Amino acid sequence: MKTKGTVTGIVSNLVTVEVDGPVAENEICYIDLQGVKMMAEVIKVNGKYASVQVFESTRGLRCGDAVEFEGRMLEATLGPGLLSSVYDGLQNNLATMEEVFLQRGEYTDPLDHEKLWDFTPIAKAGDKVIAADWLAEVKEGWLPHKIMVPFSFKGEFTVKSVKEAGQYNIDTVIAVLVNDEGEEVPVTMTQKWPVKVAVKNYREKPRPERIMETGVRVIDTLNPIAEGGTGFIPGPFGCGKTVLQHAIAKQGDADVIVMAACGERANEVVEIFTEFPELIDPHTGRHLMERTTIICNTSNMPVAAREASVYTAMTICEYYRAMGLKCLLLADSTSRWAQALREMSNRMEELPGADAFPVDLSAIISNFYARAGMVVLNNGERGAITFIGTVSPAGGNLKEPVTESTKKAARCFYALEQSRADQKRYPAVGPLESYSKYLEYPEIIEYLDDTIEKGWVEKVMKAKNIIRRGKESAEQINILGDDGVPMSYHISFWKSELLDFVILQQDAFDSIDALCPLERQKFMLDLVLGICDKDFEFEDFEACRNFFKNLINELRQMNYSPYESEQFYAYNESVNKMIA
Amino acid sequence: MANKAYQKIYTKLDGITKATVSLRAKGVSNDELAVVGGKLAQVVRTKGDVVTLQVFSGTEGIPTNAEVAFLGEPPTLKVSEQLAGRFFDAYGHPIDGGPEIEGEERQIGGPSVNPYKRRQPSELIPTGIAGIDLNNTLVSGQKIPFFADPDQPYNQVMADVALRADVDKIILGGMGLTNDDYLMFRHSFESAGALQKIISFVNTTENPPVERLLVPDMALTAAEYFAVDRNEKVLVLLTDMTLYADALSIVSNRMDQIPSKDSMPGSLYSDLAKIYEKAVQLPTGGSITIIAVTTLNDGDITHAIPDNTGYITEGQLFLRADSDTGKVIIDPFRSLSRLKQLVQGKKTREDHSQVMNASVRLYADAQNAKTKLENGFDLSDYDHRCLDYAKDYARDLLAIDVNITITEMLDRAWKLFGKYFTPAETGIKQALIDKYWVK
Repeated sequence: MKTKGTVTGIVSNLVTVEVDGPVAENEICYIDLQGVKMMAEVIKVNGKYASVQVFESTRGLRCGDAVEFEGRMLEATLGPGLLSSVYDGLQNNLATMEEVFLQRGEYTDPLDHEKLWDFTPIAKAGDKVIAADWLAEVKEGWLPHKIMVPFSFKGEFTVKSVKEAGQYNIDTVIAVLVNDEGEEVPVTMTQKWPVKVAVKNYREKPRPERIMETGVRVIDTLNPIAEGGTGFIPGPFGCGKTVLQHAIAKQGDADVIVMAACGERANEVVEIFTEFPELIDPHTGRHLMERTTIICNTSNMPVAAREASVYTAMTICEYYRAMGLKCLLLADSTSRWAQALREMSNRMEELPGADAFPVDLSAIISNFYARAGMVVLNNGERGAITFIGTVSPAGGNLKEPVTESTKKAARCFYALEQSRADQKRYPAVGPLESYSKYLEYPEIIEYLDDTIEKGWVEKVMKAKNIIRRGKESAEQINILGDDGVPMSYHISFWKSELLDFVILQQDAFDSIDALCPLERQKFMLDLVLGICDKDFEFEDFEACRNFFKNLINELRQMNYSPYESEQFYAYNESVNKMIA
Repeated sequence: MANKAYQKIYTKLDGITKATVSLRAKGVSNDELAVVGGKLAQVVRTKGDVVTLQVFSGTEGIPTNAEVAFLGEPPTLKVSEQLAGRFFDAYGHPIDGGPEIEGEERQIGGPSVNPYKRRQPSELIPTGIAGIDLNNTLVSGQKIPFFADPDQPYNQVMADVALRADVDKIILGGMGLTNDDYLMFRHSFESAGALQKIISFVNTTENPPVERLLVPDMALTAAEYFAVDRNEKVLVLLTDMTLYADALSIVSNRMDQIPSKDSMPGSLYSDLAKIYEKAVQLPTGGSITIIAVTTLNDGDITHAIPDNTGYITEGQLFLRADSDTGKVIIDPFRSLSRLKQLVQGKKTREDHSQVMNASVRLYADAQNAKTKLENGFDLSDYDHRCLDYAKDYARDLLAIDVNITITEMLDRAWKLFGKYFTPAETGIKQALIDKYWVK
């Protein structure tokens, strides 16, 4: 029997409920507001009173209104059809809602129950299987979507039967399993999983061993992120966080992309689903939207569902990872999620931690980042979730709880700098403050040695060093004046400017420059480092400045030209002449 | 507001603060309105049978035996074509001496538009001001504030922008507006002969601060009526959102909530987002564009109010006085329109974005040269050219008194490039240099 309750207190979306039976932490309940059932989640229990956060506006709710508990946590529905969908934080399909305005208590089905899928069996009668083992495959877009033994199944099962190849909808029983007590269990193409619990049906989670290409030079060349790695992008507003994240989403080398727009602008989400269907995935030549799921809980949508949205997104990634696919999860922005936690903690009158955030913020963030990673599945195949979150630090100050907690959890740090953004040096990723821990991994160094060239990481370090020396020279020039320093300071400054303008800066709105494949990145880095290796002599610092400005201009024209085109080589030739 | 006959009247208040009262009452719904001692109030918290009400006009003079009657409904606004051309207070009552509005009664602060039903903004809003059109182009459906110190003429600039924009309705939400500025808006709208497309909801400094909390929702409920029901292009002006946020902090403080940064409530981001995200481009052609004002304290954008605003809005327009030219300019470094790339080069000439970037980059070089000069170093020939360029650029393009078309702005920029620089120094794509360079 379901536990029931009545509303006894309301502050904004925090509602206190007096209950008549057992309730669990994070259990879902529905509050009846004059016939409209509003979903809520238990966040605290005190005696017979449960505090629940309502995923909707509580306008009009009264003390005494009825509540019914569901005996389950917030779950995601998993099955074919997740890709190219647009969901809210609770996985309601936004595309199938009819009204222009979001209606309270309107919950839509995440998956299409009518659509027929091309089904091919993998397992056969008599096979022994456990949770997450592959039973069959359907074609979702161009991806082989595995139908698995539901993650929640415990123990070993024997396959009794699997449906023959054909076209079926998601509700068709595609296999019957028998458990060790001889009971038959039917399996359809869908399953449910509580979003706040990590899916752990894999054999092991080794260290990442290869990099995920993004086509963004300042990431791939200078601070690469590993496939199955974690990274975060903090930055003040207006520094190009969103543009950078969209570039990664468009160009990232992954099979599945899940974008969680968490408490951010609705127009940014609109941009994604307006542009992505038109855009082509550079790696497969298919439409980008076919590999993308959008979880969209924009800033004006209910605050509690913001928190749910990142978990829903992660669960969908874990589902695809279990199929042996490479997933990329982008969450923009995790600060909004932390703020949602703060609002609730505040309303519950908990003792606050730093900046009024809840004290367990750091633990919550690191647990979430830990759900990413590369895994070896039970059948030996590999799957990965690469996770990049953005952080919106208050006042652009990185010494705040969300940034600090995230820094402990994420392995790559892409610091966006106000000063670079002011000078329109985009992407405004600070070359010296940012880091990728993966460059220290022997596995990754070896991978780069094999795939790019032997000694690649040393080259990258050399480039960083040139930038560091250039910065020091610039400081000296600023203190002592152009005439007050030896010519070598000017040369070292301009060599770092060369790297900055040609390698670090990239025009995300130029059709050619926006995407720079690794091969091209190597070519350009070799070219620029080759120049930096040369000794130059100039009459005065003006001559030095003019020389490098012209050189930078030619090299930038190369970035704007198609790779290996006639034009590209013409500019290359002119560069070679200038430095001869 | 009249009490209804059948209502239960409560006459015993348990607690009174400057902004709130609490009492024991049954069957009260969240967000509903009440009248407390003749003043309008709204339910903000219920705990068992103890109800806390926020009294909009302040609790001064309310006795513990004041009469309290609940109205059973959150605040509403009557919407119809009759709204056009009228001036209202924060409660939606006419203050222009005209008759009450007849129309459909709608709850203010209603639900959000389904993001999936939105369309990508794509219509340029020209203002004639190059600091906006050239560097920070506005698009219908956008939300953008002016960031300005209190001494900047932000309300005047906003009125100019509103009157030049090609829209069907302009809705002014004035919060803590000085009476002088209120009259300035009225006068500007009247003298432009635009009164028929203006609707105003005004809370002046003479009115109680908590009343301001109603103004944005009133203005946006009216805006949604015209944009959604009548497919019109609506421009909403909200000034000053800093004073709105101050009112939020007063209420949260009186409710004993733990403040976060700068003594603002922890929910400031969500509270502001609920307002700004009403900006929308609808598939039916209607749109709501929001231009707001956030006043700053000595240019400090790290304060919680501008900081949270910046994360919500699609850019910001930063007004400051320029010492070189003595004019008020739109700061090209700290201003940004996030939607500009949706129209630049698409609805404007192909060279737009490159010209914009180059002109700002050269202006940045001029700032570096200025720093050198201030530190007493010799300037190079390039530095001198940058400084001269910066003066022309600020006067001819950044100043807010410029009023020309975008093509003229681009031509002006090319002229300045040709006057002071070589093509390579601008770093512009060769194809565009070949086409537009002015010798």
